[in-house]
Amino acid sequence: MGFFEKLRALFKRRTAALAAAGFSALASAAVWAQQAAPVTTAASAGASAAAAPVVSAGSPQAISAGDTAWLLASAALVLLMTPGLAFFYAGMVRKKNVMATIMQSFIMIALISVQWVIWGYSLAFGPGKSFLFGGLDWLFLKHLPDVSPLAPTVPHYAYMIFQAMFAIITPALICGAYAERLSFKGFVVFSLLWATFVYDPIAHLVWGGGYFGSLGALDFAGGTVVHMSSGYSALALALLLGTRKGYGKENMPPHNLTLVLLGASLLWFGWFGFNAGSACAANALACNAFVTTNTATAMAALMWCAVEMVHRGKATTLGAASGAVAGLVAITPACGFVDLIGSLWIGAIVSILCYTAIQVKIKLGYDDSLDTFGVHGVGGTWGALATGIWALKSINSGGADGVLAGNPGQFLIQLKTVGFTAVYSIALTVVLYFIVDKTVGMRVHQKEEELGLDLSQHGEEGYHI
Amino acid sequence: MMKKIEAIIRPSALRAVLDGLKAVGYPGVTVAEVQGHGKQKGITESYRGQSVEGLLPKLVVTAVVGDKQVKKVVDIIVKSARTGEIGDGKIFVSPVSDAIRIRTGEKGEKAV
Ligand SMILES: Nc1ncnc2c1ncn2[C@@H]1O[C@H](COP(=O)(O)OP(=O)(O)OP(=O)(O)O)[C@@H](O)[C@H]1O
Ligand SMILES: [Mg+2]
Repeated sequence: MGFFEKLRALFKRRTAALAAAGFSALASAAVWAQQAAPVTTAASAGASAAAAPVVSAGSPQAISAGDTAWLLASAALVLLMTPGLAFFYAGMVRKKNVMATIMQSFIMIALISVQWVIWGYSLAFGPGKSFLFGGLDWLFLKHLPDVSPLAPTVPHYAYMIFQAMFAIITPALICGAYAERLSFKGFVVFSLLWATFVYDPIAHLVWGGGYFGSLGALDFAGGTVVHMSSGYSALALALLLGTRKGYGKENMPPHNLTLVLLGASLLWFGWFGFNAGSACAANALACNAFVTTNTATAMAALMWCAVEMVHRGKATTLGAASGAVAGLVAITPACGFVDLIGSLWIGAIVSILCYTAIQVKIKLGYDDSLDTFGVHGVGGTWGALATGIWALKSINSGGADGVLAGNPGQFLIQLKTVGFTAVYSIALTVVLYFIVDKTVGMRVHQKEEELGLDLSQHGEEGYHI
Repeated sequence: MMKKIEAIIRPSALRAVLDGLKAVGYPGVTVAEVQGHGKQKGITESYRGQSVEGLLPKLVVTAVVGDKQVKKVVDIIVKSARTGEIGDGKIFVSPVSDAIRIRTGEKGEKAV
């Protein structure tokens, strides 16, 4: 406790300095970009590699009805994950914050849906040579080519709207770190800025023709872009915001575990769109991603329960749900590159890592309230590294072999992406926190926090007698 | 004069207690879900490895009766709610200074 209080005070005092550091990191990144190898427009090794066979510019592939149908259905599946997340998180908070927590995820669907079509998609996937952003050519989705090179067999709108759902859920994941204490205004402004200055650049770097794609980093469905970016930002926010009032003194058990399990189930269901949909085609690779996703998730749920039995003597439903989500997170970057054996290992190990991370959090006393870092940060990091261990070219010819197939270099590439994403996400989150806190304000007043966000921020209650 | 009888019982004992009371023709009763612990304390719950001291779910059965009926009602509750295991509950009896039937305005024992 003491250590983190001090760290927090230091953090606060140094925010301005850190902000400056963040900006200089940006500046040096831009310089780095100019020295980096020319960015190819060919698809990144992630989603793009999934869309086998690579097309040459001269012979456009025909639009496939099957691929288009699957991608649109997948987009709808991924959309459902965000309400799923809303229930998953809302069940874990106290009764007085249930609606505010649901609102954070629900309004994110609206907020980023609009941001994405106006400027988000253009920044992340638009043409352009800058290191961090795609550019502004596709503002309001103007000048979109008929198809994206990342998904050559579907109309561009199908790929764009599929990607929109990823952009929506990623900032929503962070809600778990600041649950029960963020003002609604601060939340909206922070989320919009975060989507624009953290999510869009990282999506560009990994998928949108940016540096990590050209480096050969493997991220099939968004382990780096989605889970690590949100997970590390969550850690920074939890430290900056400080603990909830009464944390460590009052009991704060989940107010409705049935909601948590409902949410986890919806996440598991929707994640098939997230992972198998990331093949951008209705093909064998999508089937591989589907099966590895389900297997890793199942394995992780079992493993979390096993760890609980050993540590506490009882398996819990919250544990089963947490394990499933950790498994989903970990398999996300790997699902289109690893085989069944890889998915079993990835799922089994992630639960041990995340469970341990959460026990350490309890000891250290910082308040990542719903364990966004513990599950998405730790699980996402493990998934990204594990992809470099178990990847097989025989599963995805557009990918690469990992350590176990005799290519240790891949692990180093993965490590580089992990390091950059963590540092970039944390640095930018600190900057954005500072900006929002000094303008609209991030945290609610003590009285409002005590009353609960449902009443203080929205003037309503979730439950009436 | 009247007394308030508050019986904290196991949820599983409610049916037997109400049936027992009906047999002696009790006037009215209020039942509420409550949580509590006796001298053995509650059970420890665990959320993602974090311990929370939990309370046990109980029901409180409240009946206000005339002084003469107190013994009969208490005996019935004890008989119906006892399993002999720890945690069977408690009965508290306290004086009530007045009662009013809202529909008619009747007061005192006539109102209960
Ligand atoms: N002194 C008390 N004041 C108020 N409520 C009480 C008191 N003692 C017990 N209760 C209530 O009664 C419930 C049942 O108590 P319980 O029967 O476990 O009491 P106990 O003293 O521990 O007896 P036993 O040894 O039989 O368990 C508790 O959960 C609590 O709600
Ligand atoms: Mg007892």
